[in-house]
Amino acid sequence: MNVEQDKILEEVTGSEYKYGFITDVDTETIPRGLNEDVIRIISAKKNEPEFLLDFRLKAYNHWQTMQMPTWPHLKIPEINYQDIIFYAAPKQKVSPASLDEVDPEILSTFAKLGIPLEEQKRLTGIAVDAVMDSISVKTTFRETLAELGIIFCSFSEAVQEHPDLIKKYMGSVVPYTDNYFAALNSAVFSDGSFCFIPKGVRCPMELSTYFRINAANTGQFERTLIIAEDDSYVSYLEGCTAPMRDENQLHAAIVEIVALENAEVKYSTVQNWYPGNKEGKGGVFNFVTKRGICKGDNSKISWTQVETGSAITWKYPSCILRGNNSVGEFYSVAVTNNHQQADTGTKMIHIGKNSKSTIISKGISAGFGQNSYRGLVKVLKNADNVRNFSQCDSLLLGDKCGAHTFPYLEVDNDSAIIEHEATTSKIGEDQIFYCNQRGIDTETAIGLIINGYAKEVLNKLPMEFAVEAQKLLQISLEGSVG
Amino acid sequence: MSLLKINDLRVAIEGKEILKGINLEINPGEVHAIMGPNGSGKSTLASALAGRDNFNITHGSVQYLDEDLLDMSPEERAKKGMFLGFQYPVEIPGVSMVNFLKTALNEKRKYNNLPPISASDFLKIMREKKELVEIHSNLTNRSVNEGFSGGEKKKNEIFQMAMLEPRLAILDETDSGLDIDALKIVANGVNKLRTKDNATIVITHYQRLLDYIIPDFVHVLYKGRIVKSSGKELAMELEEKGYDWLKEEVV
Repeated sequence: MNVEQDKILEEVTGSEYKYGFITDVDTETIPRGLNEDVIRIISAKKNEPEFLLDFRLKAYNHWQTMQMPTWPHLKIPEINYQDIIFYAAPKQKVSPASLDEVDPEILSTFAKLGIPLEEQKRLTGIAVDAVMDSISVKTTFRETLAELGIIFCSFSEAVQEHPDLIKKYMGSVVPYTDNYFAALNSAVFSDGSFCFIPKGVRCPMELSTYFRINAANTGQFERTLIIAEDDSYVSYLEGCTAPMRDENQLHAAIVEIVALENAEVKYSTVQNWYPGNKEGKGGVFNFVTKRGICKGDNSKISWTQVETGSAITWKYPSCILRGNNSVGEFYSVAVTNNHQQADTGTKMIHIGKNSKSTIISKGISAGFGQNSYRGLVKVLKNADNVRNFSQCDSLLLGDKCGAHTFPYLEVDNDSAIIEHEATTSKIGEDQIFYCNQRGIDTETAIGLIINGYAKEVLNKLPMEFAVEAQKLLQISLEGSVG
Repeated sequence: MSLLKINDLRVAIEGKEILKGINLEINPGEVHAIMGPNGSGKSTLASALAGRDNFNITHGSVQYLDEDLLDMSPEERAKKGMFLGFQYPVEIPGVSMVNFLKTALNEKRKYNNLPPISASDFLKIMREKKELVEIHSNLTNRSVNEGFSGGEKKKNEIFQMAMLEPRLAILDETDSGLDIDALKIVANGVNKLRTKDNATIVITHYQRLLDYIIPDFVHVLYKGRIVKSSGKELAMELEEKGYDWLKEEVV
């Protein structure tokens, strides 16, 4: 590597995380640490029905029997669960009736993040649930959606207003026994979003949840549940940011999706949690369990993720393809720069006949980043005529980063057709010089090349977010050529 | 005012001197051919002029439009109208030709304080230029050079040259690996783009390109020096006799 590129690499690592500010707002927190009492407090604060407290306590007891798994290709410092605050809420009414009741500081925080909560200022076509720390601040366009029978609200409200739906579906896709962090989340989850699309309804606008960690020393444990009844459709997007803090913050979320017959759910994530500083200090630990079940025939679940933030990312948005002719898709761009680590991928479990899955994973590593793709394609015995196509590409910038691929295949039916392609490439000096010679400076050239590389995935995002994601990719990799 | 004035240029790569004192002056409206056997330093000269940074310029100066060329970054040179037709054009997967050229064109316009070009104007220019350089295929719908044949890559270089309308174009062995039809298209493009204000340096190993592009001057580069300069008849002589008589003459 020559001097010029070293200099540019230096610049990248210096580039600022622009969402790192802290909102000065009164926060109600509970004491640090985790025990049964803490769980009872959280449940009581949320005025939860008995069955939910039971669920939490069972999960907590189960969690205590579990060990943190060691199989990911990640170096995770020890987490002291007695040092984390498990519930923090900006002081306000739990469910403000109107925007006037929301703390102006909070409104300006979301405005600064580009998420105005005043409905008249919103682009038409996107409804937002804004979550700060442990609670939902505001859900927009609720009334408009309600006219169609669509329920879009915070998880806590859903618990109060639609306990039957919660009881029926919560934990049905990700049981609390699923894994270490799923058990933890099931014990202490605070808020999140709930979405229900009734039979035959196509949701006319994008639904989105915007997660913001603000308070210090807190963990964020949200839960999202999306239910799409027969013949319905919804496109859902989540975004996330956090302040710059020296200590690590734990984020352990669960997303569950249920798609019934002929239903389609598109779930897109633009994840931009604080990644830590250039020495690898601070940053969010993003340990998330996301899973959808294509329960009905001809149903479809599509995951699209652009992962640029977090110190450590550990997530495998997955599809259980139970319905015949059901379709699962996973499109991912994961960036690791500086000392960021990611172990991410998907699981496609084929149970239904003629079920199909597509996996497109694009890893980008720069600085000292370590990026792993880990994916399972499993075909059960009775799943005839399954098709899977997987493509896992890695792009390296610089010579101190790493890219790894761990594909797993378990096929118990001979009729399955499974394809796997993998490539590793580097952004070459030749490519950069070629662009330079056409008058395109190095920064812009890298942006072009990266976005070209990630195009297949970015194309899957809703329009407004594709543009944002493109910029985000460029910012998080500015100048890191090698 | 000359367009380009090279004065005693010496260039080393990894400590080894490749160019050992090049002198050359190019005026608007001229076409210069630089010929020479393999390893004489032709491509090094082209890359050094375009600003490739793994070169060590140990001595000499280059004036481009009366400014110090060696002081400029590669992109600045490009924005001031210098174009290099690459001997081996690189592939940039996923980046469409349209996006690439639009970005390049707009960078140049920004440099000249012009607003970005509209999508419809851009497509119109693109159609015109495709016509001009007789590229009828759908190269422009594909990613930059990705999966292009050797000939397509070279044609694509000429097409980019047409789009960017350079003051000084340097074509580095654009003819190598081309069949006769592709060669004619490339030569034809160069001829059509020739004006009284711009100039072209054609670097070639073979004389055959010069059957189609008539140069005003022919220079022979040998072991890092221009050992002979003359009119177009020199090319014929080289074709007939090869380079050996020159090598003897130099000794």
